[in-house]
Amino acid sequence: MVRTFLTLALMGYFGASSLWIAYFLSQREVLYHWGVRVMGVALVSHTGALILGVPALGRLPVATLGEALLLLSWVLAGVFLAVDRLLAVRVLGALAAPLVAVMVSGSLLLPGGQGHLSPLLNSFWVHLHAGLAFLGVAALSLAGLAGLLYLVQEHQIKGKRFGFFFRRLPSLEHLDTLNHWCLTLGFPLLTLGIIVGALYAQYHLGSFFNYDPKEISTLLAWLIYAVLLHERLAVGWRGRRAAFLALCGFGVLIITLVGAGLWFGGYHSFASFRGVP
Amino acid sequence: MNLILAGVNHKTAPVALREKLCSLLAGPEKCYPLLLSYPEIQEAFYYSTCNRVEVLCVTEALPEARDRLTAFLGRHPEVPLNTLEQSLYIHQDQEAVRHLFRVAASLDALVLGEPQVLGQVKAAYRQATEVRATGPILNRLLHKTFSVAKRVRSETGIGDHAVSVSYAAVSLGKKIFGDLKGKNVLLIGAGEMAELALEHLRGQQAGRIVVANRTFERGLRLARRFGGEAVTLEELPQQLLTADILLSSTGSGTYLLTREEVKQIMRRRRQRPLFLVDIAVPRDLDPGINELDNVYLYNIDDLKVVVEENRERRKEAAAQAERLVLAETRKFMDWLETLAVYPTIISLKEKAQAICQAELKKTLSHLGHLTPEQIQALEVLTQSIAHKLLHDPIIFLKRNHHKKRGPEELALVRRLFNLDPKPPAESRDRE
Repeated sequence: MVRTFLTLALMGYFGASSLWIAYFLSQREVLYHWGVRVMGVALVSHTGALILGVPALGRLPVATLGEALLLLSWVLAGVFLAVDRLLAVRVLGALAAPLVAVMVSGSLLLPGGQGHLSPLLNSFWVHLHAGLAFLGVAALSLAGLAGLLYLVQEHQIKGKRFGFFFRRLPSLEHLDTLNHWCLTLGFPLLTLGIIVGALYAQYHLGSFFNYDPKEISTLLAWLIYAVLLHERLAVGWRGRRAAFLALCGFGVLIITLVGAGLWFGGYHSFASFRGVP
Repeated sequence: MNLILAGVNHKTAPVALREKLCSLLAGPEKCYPLLLSYPEIQEAFYYSTCNRVEVLCVTEALPEARDRLTAFLGRHPEVPLNTLEQSLYIHQDQEAVRHLFRVAASLDALVLGEPQVLGQVKAAYRQATEVRATGPILNRLLHKTFSVAKRVRSETGIGDHAVSVSYAAVSLGKKIFGDLKGKNVLLIGAGEMAELALEHLRGQQAGRIVVANRTFERGLRLARRFGGEAVTLEELPQQLLTADILLSSTGSGTYLLTREEVKQIMRRRRQRPLFLVDIAVPRDLDPGINELDNVYLYNIDDLKVVVEENRERRKEAAAQAERLVLAETRKFMDWLETLAVYPTIISLKEKAQAICQAELKKTLSHLGHLTPEQIQALEVLTQSIAHKLLHDPIIFLKRNHHKKRGPEELALVRRLFNLDPKPPAESRDRE
């Protein structure tokens, strides 16, 4: 049953990706609206799979990279649909939906489901830590994607190339607003997630920062976003620099999620979740 | 029922001829009665724009109406008839409808897709309705024309691409700001180009308009026309703090703004985007300004590139629009053809009515005394028999929209019911 829902969700995400890419190429409204519907159906079946699957696991599905990707992609799909509803940056779907689709495919390909958590990690506070962090990461990913679009569009406008991208991408102001919104939404969530994790670590491990590779790289990403937000609010930074920094932060977040799980060690890595940190 | 359209446009006639014809049509309160006084013309409508003068009429007699229209347009004393005839084109029926659709959708214009033509045709139609020159056919045709023009605009996007330098500036601004509503405009120099751009910007509901000009008086005049304010060139840096869009078109030989100056200003503006358009030759603004973050500088050549590309795009849209126009023309002609059956239906009903009356009179005369109720019952009886008998032929007529056979079937029905009795001499010949 879970498998059926997941397959349906995956098909939906790929369907929405193709619809939105087609919308980007042809600029036909109707394709965009169908994309939203298909994406909605995919999100609903994704939710169904999680509702059916999680109680059986008895914990949040974050014990393996595959599980984490499945949960993060669900959050990202939800956040994207919400942001799209509020700010209507349609062409972003052509980037966000494929990202979600790839994440879900990854989660299905990676060996998963067998990992189990040490009882110390199966606590409300750890769940809150992961949940907040995922919401923050999802919003900041969208900020990063918006930054990418901004850089492309700015390059067209500055260089006076009025071709393919110039016509299809939205205005700079719109992309900058999206970047700003996602940043102001994602940053506090990420910060809260970090604080909850740090407090829990302080309480149980005796230290709030353990020089774990995932902690270090998250801190790096957090610093990038902190600088960006500060400069935006205090100095009025915007446009190219802001977009570039948001994209850098996004890159560090990817390394944090994938890299920390696969290449580096430390107690945040998925392999070590079985043991007591 | 036929349609006929006669006119000249920028392709067939020089401006000297067009303007004379224009002046000829200046007084609608005199021209329409003249047109309608011709017995061949039932409905009339004319319009003149800077590129064309055209008269459209509904007529039952095409060749006569043709001569009437030529004479009507040839009334100008300074226009020799043969010059007019060389430039005059005359379209009939389907071609006339298609031509009107194409004109209103701006497919026949000098600048493909320019939006003014539709407005001019609409205004002309209003004039024509005021003097009641149009009837059921032209009213329907004109309403159809407006909806076709609207569809062409929205479905093909023919007007979406800027083809004038000033409009190109506006569309570029939209790619930077998204919406130009409330954006402040600063104008340096009060030239013609600046004025055109202001016109476009006002259409986008731009915010405050400030004109900085070397001669303050001239700047003030332009500012007043657009509800803005005038400043001197010395106030330029101060004004740049609040402006979002700057249009420069002075005859200055040196740069009015350098990269360093703008860099300072951007810091004080807290990096709010600034869109600079330099349409002056030699240039007013230092090209290095474009390297600054959040500043977008365009000169006249950059804008011309936009215009060139968009011309091509409009041509593509026009091909799509032509197909739409053709389909709509066919639909209208179908409707026009169904009109042809109504006279026949009326004569059928009249004939039946006449037979009923005659037979009733005959019968009543030798039935003797009847009560009024009985007479009425007989009347109802004859009426309903005639009505039921005619029901099927009428339905057949109304639905026989068969394009090819329509006229033949109509003729057959008229012959079948002998609706056009032949002159006695001719019918005897047949026998």
